[in-house]
Amino acid sequence: MDNLILPTKNTWCPGCGNFGIQNAFKEAVSEMDTSKTVLVSGIGCHGKISDYMNLNSVYALHGRTIPVATGIKIGNRDLNVVCMVGDGDTYDEGVSHFIHAAKRNSDITVIVHDNRVFALTVNQATSTSPKGYVGTTSPKGTTEDPMNPLDVALSLGATFVARGYSGKPEHLKRLILEGMQHKGFSFIEVLQPCVVWYNTFPVYNERCYEMEEEYLPLDKAREKSREWDYANENNIPLGVFYKEDKPSNEELLGEIHPVDVAKILEESK
Amino acid sequence: MDNFQIIVGGAAGEGSKKAGLVIAKLFNSYGFRIFIHEDYHSLVRGGHNFSQISVSPKDKVEAKKENIDFLLALNEDTIVKHKDKLREESVLLYDSSITITELLQKDGIKTVAVPIDEILSESEGTSLMKNTALISTFAKIMGMEWENIKAVFEKEFNKETEKNIRVAEVAFNKTEKINEMAESGNEPAPLVSGNKAVALGAIKAGLEVCISYPMTPATGVFSFLTSTEGIRTCQPENEISVVSMALGSAYSGKRTIVSTSGGGFALMTESISFSAQSETPLLIVLSQRMGPGTGVPTYQAQGDLLFALNSGHGDFERLVVAPGDADEAYYWGGKALNMAWRYQMPSILIIDKELSENTYGLEGQYQIEKEDIVEGHDDKNYKRYDGDDISPVVFPGGKSTVKATGYEHTKDGISTEIPMEVKEMVEKRIRKGERLREELEVLETVKVYKEGPTAVVFWGSTKGAIIEAAKDMNVRLIQPMVLQPFPEKRMREALEGSERVICVELNSTGQLTQVMKMHGINVDEKILKYDARPFTVEGLHRELQEKISN
Repeated sequence: MDNLILPTKNTWCPGCGNFGIQNAFKEAVSEMDTSKTVLVSGIGCHGKISDYMNLNSVYALHGRTIPVATGIKIGNRDLNVVCMVGDGDTYDEGVSHFIHAAKRNSDITVIVHDNRVFALTVNQATSTSPKGYVGTTSPKGTTEDPMNPLDVALSLGATFVARGYSGKPEHLKRLILEGMQHKGFSFIEVLQPCVVWYNTFPVYNERCYEMEEEYLPLDKAREKSREWDYANENNIPLGVFYKEDKPSNEELLGEIHPVDVAKILEESK
Repeated sequence: MDNFQIIVGGAAGEGSKKAGLVIAKLFNSYGFRIFIHEDYHSLVRGGHNFSQISVSPKDKVEAKKENIDFLLALNEDTIVKHKDKLREESVLLYDSSITITELLQKDGIKTVAVPIDEILSESEGTSLMKNTALISTFAKIMGMEWENIKAVFEKEFNKETEKNIRVAEVAFNKTEKINEMAESGNEPAPLVSGNKAVALGAIKAGLEVCISYPMTPATGVFSFLTSTEGIRTCQPENEISVVSMALGSAYSGKRTIVSTSGGGFALMTESISFSAQSETPLLIVLSQRMGPGTGVPTYQAQGDLLFALNSGHGDFERLVVAPGDADEAYYWGGKALNMAWRYQMPSILIIDKELSENTYGLEGQYQIEKEDIVEGHDDKNYKRYDGDDISPVVFPGGKSTVKATGYEHTKDGISTEIPMEVKEMVEKRIRKGERLREELEVLETVKVYKEGPTAVVFWGSTKGAIIEAAKDMNVRLIQPMVLQPFPEKRMREALEGSERVICVELNSTGQLTQVMKMHGINVDEKILKYDARPFTVEGLHRELQEKISN
C-alpha cells in the first residue's frame, strides 16, 4: 500500500469537496498502519473513495456502512475500521445504526461527508438540508427542519465528536487522525460543499472558524454544538467538541476460542 | 410397553416446560427415546402452556399423537383443555386440591390425586416445587427407581437442589408403583432442541460469531450461543444491522451465523443480495412461524419457502437447505456454514417452529467437521475476485489489499460498468454455483424412506409425523433436503415408477408443489394444513388413507 491512491479514473466533479476529505484522510491514515486499516464506504458520491484508495475496503450498501464496520471490529479487534459515509447514508437511510453505534461505543471512526444533499441521484434534500431546500423531489421547498447531527451524537454518548470542513484539509487531517487513534466511537462530521447542487463554499469560507477551546465538558459541548443548528446564519465552530475515555463495546464482548461440543452433548443427556 | 404420550401443563410461569424436560430426562436415563412438543401462547404469565412428551421404549420418536396416555395437571385449566385427549386406560395425575368430578365424565380413566400440599408441607418445600412433587409421583407410578430420579433431579435443579430432592423423596414414598419399567437396551441420548442442534453443528464447522435479534421461534439459536463460552455474540438494534454486522464479521474472517424468523428475514433481504454480489459468506437460520404479518407468532407453519428461495434483489445463486429433525439440523447447520464459506455465498437454513423448539434425542448418525476454504496468497498482488469460479480468500490485516464490494466489479474489486467485465463476473459466479452443485451431487439432497406406488413428498419437521403415520402404508416417502439449487435429477430418480405424487405441506398455497412444478415435476395432489399447528400422526394417517383409497 505504498501508494495510497489507485490509478482508478476519478469521477468526482471538478472542485468537489470529496477531494479535500480524501486528501486529509490520506495524510492521516499514512501515519497509521495502513495494512491494518479497513475503509467501509456507503453509497453516494463519497462512496467512490473505496475505488480510489489502495486500502482494504468494503463498499457497502446505502445506509449500512456503520453496522458492517462494527461487524468487522467484532470479528477482528486489531483492525482500524473507518467509515466513509454520506449524510443520506448516515442521517437518513441508516440513522438507527448511527444512533446505536454511538450508544454502544463501537470502536470505529465515522467520517460523514455532509454535503447536505443527495447528489449522486441528482439533487434531493437530506436530513441536513435547510428547510425550504428546493430539489428535484421538493420543487416547492422542503417542509422539514434539518437535523443537528452533533447534538444527536453528543446526546447518545458518542465518545469522540468533532466537526471539520473539507476546505480546511490540514485541520481536518488532525481531526481524522485523532478520531482513528481514539478508542471508542469517533464521529467526525465534515462539511463538504457540493459544487453542482449546493455550493456552500462561500458560506462556509465566511462562517467556519476553528474553536480555540476544544474538548469541552458534555453540557458545554452540547451547547456549543447548537451554536449553528444547520438552519441559522451563525458562525460555524470546527474542532473537537468532546472526547471521553470509556471501554469500547468490542473489548467488552466475549473471547473467541474452541468449544467442546462433545462435552455439551454429554451434558444434554 | 408401546409408545406413549404424556402431557404436562400449567399457566405460563408455573414451569410446565421445565417439568416436561425433567420427565423426558427421566425416561432418557433409562435409554427410552423421547420427543417433546412445546405449545405456548404469546404471553409471559398466565394462559396455558403445555409440553407433550412422546416416549418410545426402543425406536426413535419425532412426532406427537392426538390421544394421550398420561395427563399431569398442575391446574384445573390443564384438565379442561386436554381431557378429551384421554382414552380408556389413560391416567390423570392431578393436584388433589382440584375438584375433578365434574370435569371427567369418561369411564375407564384412572385418576391419581397427588396430595401436593401435604407433600410440600411434610418436606418443607415451596409452592414453586409443585412440579417436583407431581413428577416424582409420576416417576414412581411408572416404576422408576429412586436413585435414578435423584440423579436426574440433582442435574436438572441447580437452585434449591436439596429442597427439591426432599420434596421428590416424600412424594416418591407416598406413591405406589403401577407399572414396571421396560428394558430399552439403548444408551441415553443427548436431548436437544432443533435450534440447539443447528448451533452445535455450526460450532463443529468452525462457528466463531453469532449476531442476532430476538424473534420467536429462532431465538433459541441465539440464546444458546450467547451462553456458550468461546462464541462472540452481539444483539444490535434491528435485523438490518444484524445481517450487515454478520457480513462485516465474515469479511474480517470469522465464521458467523444469524438466526431469525420470517419478519426479521424480510428485513435482511437486501444484504442477502449484497452477500451474493460481494461474495461474502452468510449463513441465516430462518425459522418459520405462522404468518403473514405478525401472524400466529408462537405457532407452526411452512409458509416461507418461496420467499427464502427468492429473497434478495438481482439474479444469483444461493444454498437453501431444509432439515427435518435435530440430527439433520445438526449436520446441515454445520454443512451449510461450510458451504457458505467454501462457495462464498448466502446460505439459508430454513426450519420451522416445531423443529426449532421441540426437543429431540440426538442419534448421532451424522458427523460434521470444519471444512477448508480456498485460501489465497497474502501478498501485494492479491486480487479478491481472481479466478474462474471460487476466488481464493485472504482476510484483511496482512500484506494484501482486500476489497469487497456490492457494486459489480473487476477482479481487483473496483466498480465497473463495462459490459464485458460485467458479463465475465456474472459468469464467474455462475461457475461458482456449478462447483456448489457438483459437491451437492455426492450429498444426500433427497432422502427416500419406504417403497410403494404412491410417492408422498414432504419437507421440514413434518418428517416425524409422516414416518410414523405411514408405518403401515404402502407409500414411498420422499424428503427434499436441499431446495436450492433444487436437486431435480435426484427428485426425478426418487419419483421413478411412482403412480401418483402427493405433496404434504403446512401452508395454504402448496409452496413445495410450486417448486416441483417449476422444475417440470408433476404433483397430483396436495395435503395442506394451515391452522398454525403441526400434523399429528393420526391426523396425517387419516388424510393419507383418504387420498390413497380414492
